[in-house]
Amino acid sequence: MININILKPTSSNFQTYLYIGSALIFLGIFDVFLRSFFNINYLTFLPDSLNLFFPLIIGLIGLQMIRLEYSGNRLVDKINQNINNNSFNAGLTLIIIFLTLLIIPPALDWMILEATISGDTKEACVATEGACWTYIKVWFRRFMYGMYPNDFHWRINTAFIVLIAFAFVGYFMRGKLKNYITFYYAILYPIIAFIIINFLISGGSFGLEWVETNAWGGLSLTFIVSFFGLIFCFPLGMILALGRRSELPIIKYISIGYIEFWRGVPLITVLFMSSVMFPMFLPSDAFVDKLIRVIAAIILFEAAYVAEVIRGGLQALPRGQYDAAKSLGMGYWKMQIFVILPQALKLVIPGIANTFLALVKDTPLIFVVGLSEVVGMLQMAKTNPKWLGYAMEGYIFASILFWAICYAMSKYSQYLELKYKTER
Amino acid sequence: MNLRIKSIIPQLLTLLFVVAVIGFFTINAQLNMEERGIDFGYGFLNQESSFDVQFSLIEYDGSHSYAKAYLVGLLNTILVSVLGIIFCTIIGVIVGIARLSPNYLIRNTAAWYVEFFRNVPLLLQIFFWYYAALRALPLPENTEPLFGVTYLTVKGYYIPRLIWENFDILIYSILASIISIVFIRNYARKLQEEKGQQLPVFLISVGLLLILPAITFITGMVQLDVSLPVLKQLSKTSFIYAEGISVPPELIALVLALSLYTATFVAECVRAGIQGISKGQKEAAASVGLTPNQILKLVIMPQALRIIIPPTTNQYLNLTKNSSLAAAIAYPDLVLVFAGTALMQTGRAIEIVSITMLTYLTLSLSISILMNWYNKKIAIKEK
Repeated sequence: MININILKPTSSNFQTYLYIGSALIFLGIFDVFLRSFFNINYLTFLPDSLNLFFPLIIGLIGLQMIRLEYSGNRLVDKINQNINNNSFNAGLTLIIIFLTLLIIPPALDWMILEATISGDTKEACVATEGACWTYIKVWFRRFMYGMYPNDFHWRINTAFIVLIAFAFVGYFMRGKLKNYITFYYAILYPIIAFIIINFLISGGSFGLEWVETNAWGGLSLTFIVSFFGLIFCFPLGMILALGRRSELPIIKYISIGYIEFWRGVPLITVLFMSSVMFPMFLPSDAFVDKLIRVIAAIILFEAAYVAEVIRGGLQALPRGQYDAAKSLGMGYWKMQIFVILPQALKLVIPGIANTFLALVKDTPLIFVVGLSEVVGMLQMAKTNPKWLGYAMEGYIFASILFWAICYAMSKYSQYLELKYKTER
Repeated sequence: MNLRIKSIIPQLLTLLFVVAVIGFFTINAQLNMEERGIDFGYGFLNQESSFDVQFSLIEYDGSHSYAKAYLVGLLNTILVSVLGIIFCTIIGVIVGIARLSPNYLIRNTAAWYVEFFRNVPLLLQIFFWYYAALRALPLPENTEPLFGVTYLTVKGYYIPRLIWENFDILIYSILASIISIVFIRNYARKLQEEKGQQLPVFLISVGLLLILPAITFITGMVQLDVSLPVLKQLSKTSFIYAEGISVPPELIALVLALSLYTATFVAECVRAGIQGISKGQKEAAASVGLTPNQILKLVIMPQALRIIIPPTTNQYLNLTKNSSLAAAIAYPDLVLVFAGTALMQTGRAIEIVSITMLTYLTLSLSISILMNWYNKKIAIKEK
């Protein structure tokens, strides 16, 4: 009890306590710093367990000594409020600081200081202990374009640039054209996109050599699959959501059945179905490309999730909106398109963004039908006899790639949410 | 009249469309199967499967039937899901609370964890743990023991096997204690509602759960033997640990990846739940004179759980469905054993894929029905 009283500062003796406390905290952090960065331990004379916990103990005493409700010193007050408001938090704070200090040197060593990026063969990496970024450099084109022939990579690039250009057309629609903007994005744009990808990436006409979809892969395939997934699953999901809210019993129950079925099964079995079961359901002479089957399966699957999200928005709208629209003499479709959906969709932007993120994160699953996007290409590169043993580098590269894409998408959705937020 | 036609026509058209699609598919399937000489039927389930499964909870080898192989896969799926759910709940609750911590460093560490693990595809995480992280573990012969008696090696995690005698008596004693706990809880609730007294229900429950099984040990009805893992040489360079239980690396990688990934979503649910309780509730409870413990137990938690549980169950369902990714690292779950190996051997695509999908569907639907019932039960009854 006395011990704690000694460690408790009062406003009169705070200055002294502050000096001693900060010195102790500094000492603790400095000790861990020395241990991890320079591998020096000055405290070997202490018994083992005490040696290990010494920085933590003196750090805790130090933090205890500077903890005062109001000290007058701005910095100290901020520290006390944010990371030092009781002993438990002080301990956690110290542990996090120490762990960070301990992790930085080996991580830095492995990722940067000892890593190699020069050369084109595995020999460049044999000498070092660090990461072998040469592996990523050599395989980079494969990770981006899959087994697509090297000479034709410009076709994929051009196709994506044209697609992005077409996506921005909506910005330049002014005046009367603006009425057709929904029509453009919902119907015209998907068709344009399909034509571009069909003729430019797939080829086969206009003097472009035909490249079969088995050769497609890498990040470009991730983009193609998620792109078509996104633009088609949204309208389908919207129709299903309206169907589930419909007053017509047959439509309602068909929608419920559809949604519950697809939400109840894992995507991997759906993809299995599209690859092994679906061909049995078609006339024996009909042939549907593997990639199209997979994209169709993903669309049907994700549409159920989109439908549930949109239904949430529809349910959140007050009845008054429906009544007001009806009292103006609007029919069902007019009411939905001009009154209900614009408000409901605005409400569910975060939910839809989450579903789209899930779709992008689900694309690697197409490996079950033998298509390989980034993760699939990693698996292929990993088992290449010339490049055995660099799995870690590949996974870190792909994680950063996916993280960047998904993080950007979620930030964009937050921006949209703010942009369309209206007071209600 | 006009209105009725207006409502019937779209319904008829939809019905027609659905029937046409289903009809088209069935007719084609029939034609295709006739052409290939396959007859539709589930009789193959009783045939001998003649393939082995690496890891199984029940006794199984190639001489058993396909139905047994299905059961092996299903049990493995359930094992992964249950382990994943336990771990993701523990991590998720800790991280969710940490995200609301007044400590700046803790809050941000938790936020970074959530942002990172949520935005990397699950499959990539499974591959990372299986092919990169767990492959860095030492070989069995060079492994230092962990906690004295367990060995974490590149070939799996070896833990002691427990050998029970009269295991059923132990089960009965646990059942008996659970039943008595239910009674005590009901009694405690009645007591609280009528007289306002509170019993230390939690302590009594824990005590009962410990004491009743302990009595069976003390009286000697149940006995427990432990067989420790022992290093065993298979060939000149190959060692394993025998005698203990071996947890295969596939299972470890899968549980790690699933729980770390799903925990980010659980953490968000927990955070939303706690944030959803307005400050006034806490202040009101404090002003009536409840202690901080009582506030948490009687005011905050019952309300927060109402917000937390439905989305969290959804995440549990997602975890169960995501466990099918096991097929990617050859963990013998339902998809790999049944929709993979069994399908390859029998070629019965329609039957096997339909059984697999139905299994998952049953699992999901039953949990969501249970959930709806629970939701209705705990919903605030407004006047």
